[in-house]
Amino acid sequence: MSVSAPKTGVTGNILSSDIYGAERTAAAPFGEALIREAETNPRIVGLTADLGKYTDIHLFANRFPERFFQIGMAEQNLISVAAGLARTGFIPFATTYCVFATRRAYDFIAIGAALGSANVKIIAGLPGLTTGYGGTHQGIEDLALMRSIPNLTVIDPCDATELSQAVSAIARHEGPVYLRLLRGQVPVVFDPDAYQFEIGQARLLSEGTDVAIISTGLMTARALKAVAQLSGSGVSAALMHVSTLKPFDTEAVLALVRRVPRVVTAENHFTTGGLASAVADATVDAGVPIHLKRVGIPNCFCESGSIPYLVQRYRMDSEDIAAAALEMIHK
Amino acid sequence: MSGGTDVSTTATSITSLQLHALSLRRHVLRMAERVGQGYVGQGLGIADLLTVLYFREMKYDPHNLAWPDRDRFLLSIGHYSIGLYAALAEAGVITVDELDTYGADQSRLEMAGSEVTPGFEMTGGSLGHGLGQAVGMALGVRLDGRSSRIFNLLSDGELQEGSTWEAAMSAAHYRLDHLFAFIDCNDQQADGPPRQVLTIEPVHSKWEAFGWDTQRINGNDIHAIVNAIDAARKITGKPHAIVLDTLMGKGVRTFEERDKNHFIRVEPDEWRLAREQLEENAQLKTKRNA
Repeated sequence: MSVSAPKTGVTGNILSSDIYGAERTAAAPFGEALIREAETNPRIVGLTADLGKYTDIHLFANRFPERFFQIGMAEQNLISVAAGLARTGFIPFATTYCVFATRRAYDFIAIGAALGSANVKIIAGLPGLTTGYGGTHQGIEDLALMRSIPNLTVIDPCDATELSQAVSAIARHEGPVYLRLLRGQVPVVFDPDAYQFEIGQARLLSEGTDVAIISTGLMTARALKAVAQLSGSGVSAALMHVSTLKPFDTEAVLALVRRVPRVVTAENHFTTGGLASAVADATVDAGVPIHLKRVGIPNCFCESGSIPYLVQRYRMDSEDIAAAALEMIHK
Repeated sequence: MSGGTDVSTTATSITSLQLHALSLRRHVLRMAERVGQGYVGQGLGIADLLTVLYFREMKYDPHNLAWPDRDRFLLSIGHYSIGLYAALAEAGVITVDELDTYGADQSRLEMAGSEVTPGFEMTGGSLGHGLGQAVGMALGVRLDGRSSRIFNLLSDGELQEGSTWEAAMSAAHYRLDHLFAFIDCNDQQADGPPRQVLTIEPVHSKWEAFGWDTQRINGNDIHAIVNAIDAARKITGKPHAIVLDTLMGKGVRTFEERDKNHFIRVEPDEWRLAREQLEENAQLKTKRNA
């Protein structure tokens, strides 16, 4: 892949969430939503592995100090302790970064939490390219790893609205969950009064006939812009937002692909093992013809750099989604 | 706070525990003979600890396993499940007849035990999981104001897993004095004795340095186990580590003397000999006590 732009931003941007391109933001939606849930549900407890401030769970810790457990830099133990708390009837929300949860504590998620369906909620920060730190901190394959674990629900929310609603939904859901976290100032894309998140349900955000964009996580914000850009070029694009990667809403995706077989997937993750793979699996299994283009991170460790640079470098912007759609249509 | 404090350590109670331990060992041989193989050495070696826990120390209801105020036993080392099945059968949690399904297809009694079996609080076997979950349970019961205690059985080889030490650190940090870890030092792991595989000694001072109330005893001496737990119960503000030096195959001479006894395969005619040795050994012990 060629480098088309010099590095102009600030590298090591660990504090940033994806405020890139956002018009409106909300502060610490996860922390605030967890407090709201915990006010009425005394079984909710919080844990972190030395990343309280960096995952917004410090707000919960300040509000409910007796229900919060600092585990220190020990992610295997974070998941084990959470599983033990779940087995005594609590609903533990355990926070760390995607990379540490999934790479370092994989066996503990698989065996400690998922095998017996312990009611553990893993809240994982810095998904994909939401940090300027390089390969050590960018969670680029976590969805692939987590989708592979039986019994585990896997969610990649788009924005502050969906993240808040997801916190409420997973607190009520019995079973282990992996939720990708957006922290700090988080974009508001969906109207809280109009949008309703439900575990396992894809949402058709716009109807279209020429091409279907299927997106997850923060890429849906960019996909919405791509739909507008395509419309300006006279292309009618459908957009489906699939925030629950597992269980996958096969029915909704198949219904869309049957109508519009030209599909662009967009995910803040490798183009293998995540959303694109789930779409491919579903359509192949059902024998539904599909022409698929995948926007996302190629199988490589990414550079460090500013978010705008990285988004451009790995072709993750709204223009890249629109370009993939146009390429498919004009081919 | 213990369910066992009202039981005195008289000679009679020790003798009665020894009879339970003999019964556990008979169950272990019965299970392994059916399939001709298994973790017999571990099952025999740990029978004395499990006897003290299930017939003296722990409060639980074999007919209501979900009783929230129960003490909890966590088996980190899933391959020791043969020993736990024996204890659960002796305690009436599962039937003695079910022991005949050990390791068979579709059985609940898997060779590496998991939480599908009644009485298993978690899935061990992938080593290094038990103590962390024990810490979580200890925090959970304390938050609920219950008097339950958490007992975790680890092995010497398991001390090579880094997660064990993450958990050890957190137990001391949270001053979990209702958490008891038993470390079975039988001097064997899959590839040989730990001193050849990866040195774990000094085990006692490692736990002490991690902030645990620590004792090291003969893990095949029921009286010593009883005394150690009684002593640990009096120490507050720290979790308790009891390091057990045990003999794999304890009670059956040919298994005690086998070189490679991590996983035992036995010819059909040897089982009769094993059973005879167990009974002879038990008779000798009875005579000595008399």
